[in-house]
Amino acid sequence: MSLAIELVGITKRYPGVIANDRINLAVREGEIHAVVGENGAGKSTLMKILYGMIPPDEGEIRIRGEATGMSSARDAIEAGIGMVHQHFMLAEQMTVLENVILGAEPRQGLKIDFEQARRRIVEISGEGALDADQMVEELSVGEKQRVEIAKVLFRGAQILILDEPTAVLVPQEVEELFVSLRELRERGVTIIFISHKLDEVLEIADSITVIRAGRTVATADPRRISTRDLAELMVGAELPTAETRLSTVTDQVLLQAEGVGTLSEDEDRWVIEDISLRIHRGEVLGIAGVEGNGQRELVDILMGLRPADSGRVLLGGEDITGMSTLRRREAGIGLIPADRHGRGLLLVSPLWENAMLGYQSQPPFTRGWLVDGVGARRRTEDVVDQFDVRTPGVEVKIHALSGGNQQKLLVGKEMLATPQVLLASHPTRGIDVGAQAAVWESIRAARAEGLGVLLISADLDELIGLSDTLMVILRGRLVATLDPGQVTPAELGSYMTGASQ
Amino acid sequence: MRANRRLVYAVVSSGLAIVFALLVSAVILAVSGNNPFEAYGQMFEYGVRVDSLASAVNRAVPLYFSAMAVALGFKMGLFNIGVEGQYRIAVLIAAAVGAAIALPGPLHVLAIILTAMAVGAAWSGFAGYLKVKRGVHEVISTIMLNYVATGMGAFLLANWLRQENPPGDLVIKTPEIPESGRLPSLNQVLEWVGLDPGRVNLYGMAVLAVVAGFGFHVLINHTRFGFELRASGASAGAARTAGIDPGRMVVLTMVISGAIAGLVGMAHLLGFFHRYTIDFPTMLGFTGIAVALLGRNHPVGMAAGALLFGWFDRATQILDLRGIPKEIVFILQGVILLSVVVAYAVVEVRIRAAESRAVTGALRPGAEEES
Ligand SMILES: Nc1ncnc2c1ncn2[C@@H]1O[C@H](COP(=O)(O)OP(=O)(O)OP(=O)(O)O)[C@@H](O)[C@H]1O
Ligand SMILES: [Mg+2]
Repeated sequence: MSLAIELVGITKRYPGVIANDRINLAVREGEIHAVVGENGAGKSTLMKILYGMIPPDEGEIRIRGEATGMSSARDAIEAGIGMVHQHFMLAEQMTVLENVILGAEPRQGLKIDFEQARRRIVEISGEGALDADQMVEELSVGEKQRVEIAKVLFRGAQILILDEPTAVLVPQEVEELFVSLRELRERGVTIIFISHKLDEVLEIADSITVIRAGRTVATADPRRISTRDLAELMVGAELPTAETRLSTVTDQVLLQAEGVGTLSEDEDRWVIEDISLRIHRGEVLGIAGVEGNGQRELVDILMGLRPADSGRVLLGGEDITGMSTLRRREAGIGLIPADRHGRGLLLVSPLWENAMLGYQSQPPFTRGWLVDGVGARRRTEDVVDQFDVRTPGVEVKIHALSGGNQQKLLVGKEMLATPQVLLASHPTRGIDVGAQAAVWESIRAARAEGLGVLLISADLDELIGLSDTLMVILRGRLVATLDPGQVTPAELGSYMTGASQ
Repeated sequence: MRANRRLVYAVVSSGLAIVFALLVSAVILAVSGNNPFEAYGQMFEYGVRVDSLASAVNRAVPLYFSAMAVALGFKMGLFNIGVEGQYRIAVLIAAAVGAAIALPGPLHVLAIILTAMAVGAAWSGFAGYLKVKRGVHEVISTIMLNYVATGMGAFLLANWLRQENPPGDLVIKTPEIPESGRLPSLNQVLEWVGLDPGRVNLYGMAVLAVVAGFGFHVLINHTRFGFELRASGASAGAARTAGIDPGRMVVLTMVISGAIAGLVGMAHLLGFFHRYTIDFPTMLGFTGIAVALLGRNHPVGMAAGALLFGWFDRATQILDLRGIPKEIVFILQGVILLSVVVAYAVVEVRIRAAESRAVTGALRPGAEEES
């Protein structure tokens, strides 16, 4: 079969690191090709090079056998390449239709030909898959992703790059995504797929390339390799399991919500309604749910980022409903936000300032009104060491780190701050299997010391494995409480979509 | 080491920009029928005289304060376009207060300075309040407040704060501030090192400007407030999640920015005019925006930018005397600004490429070992 893409000897250097070191990659026409590798291996960099977003220092890109000198995403689009980034790039305040055609509007004279656009969207994503007139902000994550893909295909892409598309999806959504990817493959679209979830990789991919430390180390046949061997190839480590062994739950309530709810912006409906929960000392309380069912609002209320329109929040028995976010942090509530770029990081600031964010009123980061540069850097170095953040140093700006390494810093800084309660949304999102084990281990260790955790995750194995108690959130309400020792991922999944109630 | 390289590039790019600006201005001079070499020669000759240099510093001091006031807002993405109004209303009221009170030496000066800072802070803080409580964008409110400041200043001066002039004196002005409320010049210091600035009095406020520049650096880079300020500018969402109250930051930043803006008029007031008159220098607030851009909001960069603007301002005076339109200087300033912005962007790309090449040689063997 002929090659759709051939990357030969691609090298990309950044200050202090070689992100891609003479990488080779060959992708056959019409296949789904997975690229795997640990955090910082160079996957995203390679894809951005292929997509023309960043120029390689050395090497050649051949599309269907022809060498190309792509220097911008525009060139890539012309060559029929489209990319869906892990962080969605959609205009929330526009409709699906507007988002899809933005910048590539079909015209009739000077007017935009909306009818033609509509027809093409249906052609691309199938009848009824997307409502062209819905506002993007109302969509679930899975739907947003469909819009992103439609957007790329609308521009005529024959080669589709998906960088960690499943990190934000729950299993049902992953299945739906895979169905549409297989359909695309039928139509002859070539797909490159990046993921840290190895069982998914084995399920969907026709072939696999493994990257390690900027080099191509192996190509594998998914029919002949196990996830264990694949993990071995990637990180040289065993696959972790998210299993909580001994229960450390006490009967001391740390954080408690009593009938909290919050109204939508126009105050005509409850975004979350009448939520009551208790997080005990030494307990991990897992919240299962499809993203967009009120998880974010729940965390925001607990953290004081959004007012509660009903109910109360208590910390150690004290009413903190009206307390500011800063006071809550000082009182020992830690937070790992779901949206790390929008709410967790200062992308152009050095690592140590990012570690300080949220703890700027506490030692070792500040002393009174002054920043303690020495203390802050030392603490950040500890985070880097203990959580294996791959970085040339703590002065490096955090945007220069790979996605997974950024996440490790976010998690590590919270863990080292030893909060009483941790509100963790997708703590291992984008983290490779090796580092995932380390994060789980540190959560377990802290839990044994008495940490209470609210765990929100799209990864059902993580939820079931780490939680002492599991609750399901659906359309803003807690609809079920389950025993993680009994429930299977399949059952949990049907609760999450409301199929079983 | 990397910081050093950045500095070199910043200086080189600014230098290139100035050369470029001079070339463009030369063309403009030539087209308008003047000999550019002659004009530049005269400017240079006049500009390097000791009195001209002292005067350049005098002109730079207010611009420096003005630039810092603007830069503080820039750091968190706030556009305080109102420095102009803030300093003018501040200097008027401070002048009136200074003339009305009697205090011993340093205290008198201090009282005037604090009054100016308080007025500037209040004027600017009001814009911050409007943004937080009423959602009025600060660009709109500060521009509007500039008009209000001008109008109100004129009204206050004409009706309440002016002195009774002797017959024949038509200049409207506040009463003169007594000797105790003036800042001595630094000419004495110049004489000690053997320099004679002639009739120019080097403003004492220059010392405070240096102190303030240092303070600005500490505030931005070494205090919690500075961190919160930069965090808010870098990502409003992340700052809020970290417990930084955006409304509080807006008001606080506008207040501090306004307090610095209050200092803009002090050099001229305490060192030369000793009263507010209708011909008190204007436009210092707007020029400060240009200086902040030129100096990239950095205390040293802005000092250099302010001195440059001050020097051109002084040096081009000679052109006027020799019959060359003084408007050339405005064109020159505009061109410098534009070319610095462009040159910096170009050089930035080069730095990245150079840095990337520089590390590779050192890194290749290391990378081999790792795999
Ligand atoms: N803009 C940049 N400046 C400097 N270094 C960078 C930059 N972008 C990436 N890097 C470095 O290049 C290496 C590869 O990063 P890349 O994002 O490609 O990793 P990745 O394989 O996608 O990892 P992850 O699984 O964590 O997303 C990392 O060491 C990273 O620190
Ligand atoms: Mg990546």
